[in-house]
Amino acid sequence: MTQLTVQSLTIGKRLCDVDVQIEPGHITAICGPNGAGKSTLLTALAGLLVPDSGQVSLDGTNIAAMHPRTRAQKIGYLPQAGEVAWDVAVRSLVALGRMPHGDTAAEPVERAMAALDLEPLADRPISKLSGGEKARALLARVLAGEPQWILADEPLAALDIGHQLTLLRHLRLVAEDGAGVVLVLHDLSLAMNHADHVVVLDKGRLIASGSSEVALSTDMIAQVWDVQGRWLGKLGARALITH
Amino acid sequence: MTRPIPLLLILIAIAFPLSLLTGRVWLDFGVTPNAALILAELRLPRSALALVIGAGLGAAGAAMQGYLRNPLADPGLFGIAPMAALGAVASFWFGYSASAWLLPLFALIGAGAGMALLALIAGRTGGIALFTLAGLMIASLAGTLTSLAISMAPNAFAMSEIVTWLMGALTDRSWREIWIAAPLTLAGIVCLLMTGRGLDALTLGDAAARSLGMRPGILQAWLIAGVGLTVGSGVAVAGIVGFVGLIVPHLVRPFTDRRPSQLILPSALAGALLVLVADSVVRILPLVTELRLGIALSLIGAPFFLWLLLRMRRGLL
Repeated sequence: MTQLTVQSLTIGKRLCDVDVQIEPGHITAICGPNGAGKSTLLTALAGLLVPDSGQVSLDGTNIAAMHPRTRAQKIGYLPQAGEVAWDVAVRSLVALGRMPHGDTAAEPVERAMAALDLEPLADRPISKLSGGEKARALLARVLAGEPQWILADEPLAALDIGHQLTLLRHLRLVAEDGAGVVLVLHDLSLAMNHADHVVVLDKGRLIASGSSEVALSTDMIAQVWDVQGRWLGKLGARALITH
Repeated sequence: MTRPIPLLLILIAIAFPLSLLTGRVWLDFGVTPNAALILAELRLPRSALALVIGAGLGAAGAAMQGYLRNPLADPGLFGIAPMAALGAVASFWFGYSASAWLLPLFALIGAGAGMALLALIAGRTGGIALFTLAGLMIASLAGTLTSLAISMAPNAFAMSEIVTWLMGALTDRSWREIWIAAPLTLAGIVCLLMTGRGLDALTLGDAAARSLGMRPGILQAWLIAGVGLTVGSGVAVAGIVGFVGLIVPHLVRPFTDRRPSQLILPSALAGALLVLVADSVVRILPLVTELRLGIALSLIGAPFFLWLLLRMRRGLL
């Protein structure tokens, strides 16, 4: 079984001795206040940072030792910035996801576009898309590579609630298919309702790792975010009320 | 998508024979004395060299803009052209310029030194910002040393030779320059084509590109080799011909799907066409002495650059 394992990972002052195990087939959320090291952990999981000590391993293999292309075939990474330097068409953008496979296979590209309702926009240049459409196109780029792991940094930040739910539904389908999905999320309600597993970081240290109910308990939120609040509603449809 | 390639090939096929006939003397085989000689020894190498140099500069510009993710990037930014110029100036300074091979050889050594310096300073990390700054500093250093060489020229003749040469021109070039520049430029364009996939990935930013398997160090090595060979050999045989690498990718980009990999070859062809046409135009301008090609292209290029800046400010780029 493919597993992403973080062992005693230390990266500068941003991450300090973090140990986490992330399972495939689930949606894992990384939460924490600003500067907690969420994006650093996600980038390290993607194999893009050199740790000072410790390691990230995929199926027992240190990802730092993997060939970049092999790693890229297994792990799809979506950074927060959502940068697209040139005004390419949506289809060309999504097809970039095939790069690790060295092909331009039309089928996975079309499938990824269909999954995110991008077919009507296939030939439209990126500059002519709304924020939500662009976020979908960028996620479709990751899906087109059909990776075992999808790591996305705040993929829902630019989206309205409707598109957030569409995207989450899709990520759930991907997870049910057996892939691992790891998301950096700021919105604790989204993490509570949609993540199977939540990793909480604060000041570069791992504070909690477990089910969303445990890792995002009101006590934990008070301790890490310094916010008093309570959860209302049933699991899966909870809202955080702050005082 | 290679839509512009056939069109550019047709345009070159039309412009090339016309450029052979163009000049102070319009070639008319029935009338012009020594027409065949002028054609074979003067016009043909000159026009062929225009194609070679333009192709190299166009391709280098397209790759540079893709690498820096900036439509205002120019091959001169890496400091390779100024280093090649410095090498050539050194050959004038030491009085070797009379030798047909030493001048281009010195220029190529200069370009090679520029490439090595760039790789040495920026090569290990593969960071784009460090790479650009290193290039700018190398360019600045080479420019200063060139000025120093001019100010301390051994005699007025050497000084005038240096200054004129730096302006860039294709006047009185022979087949020898083609044999120097063509193979190197071709090798350089092949290196630049090798960067295509990596440059496409860089469209998504550095981190996303690396997550797609792009290896920054290898991409940089191909880029340095490609820009070094194309620009270095261009400067070695024609002096500094600026702005081609800046203008051409802009003109071509709207006709491609805007992926950097799809821009390199069309930019090579469009660069060849631009230099060929510009060099033909400077030959027939009614001036007392022929306008230097480098100056002519700067006269077109600098206002074009300002226009680009204005468009960029309005968010149109």
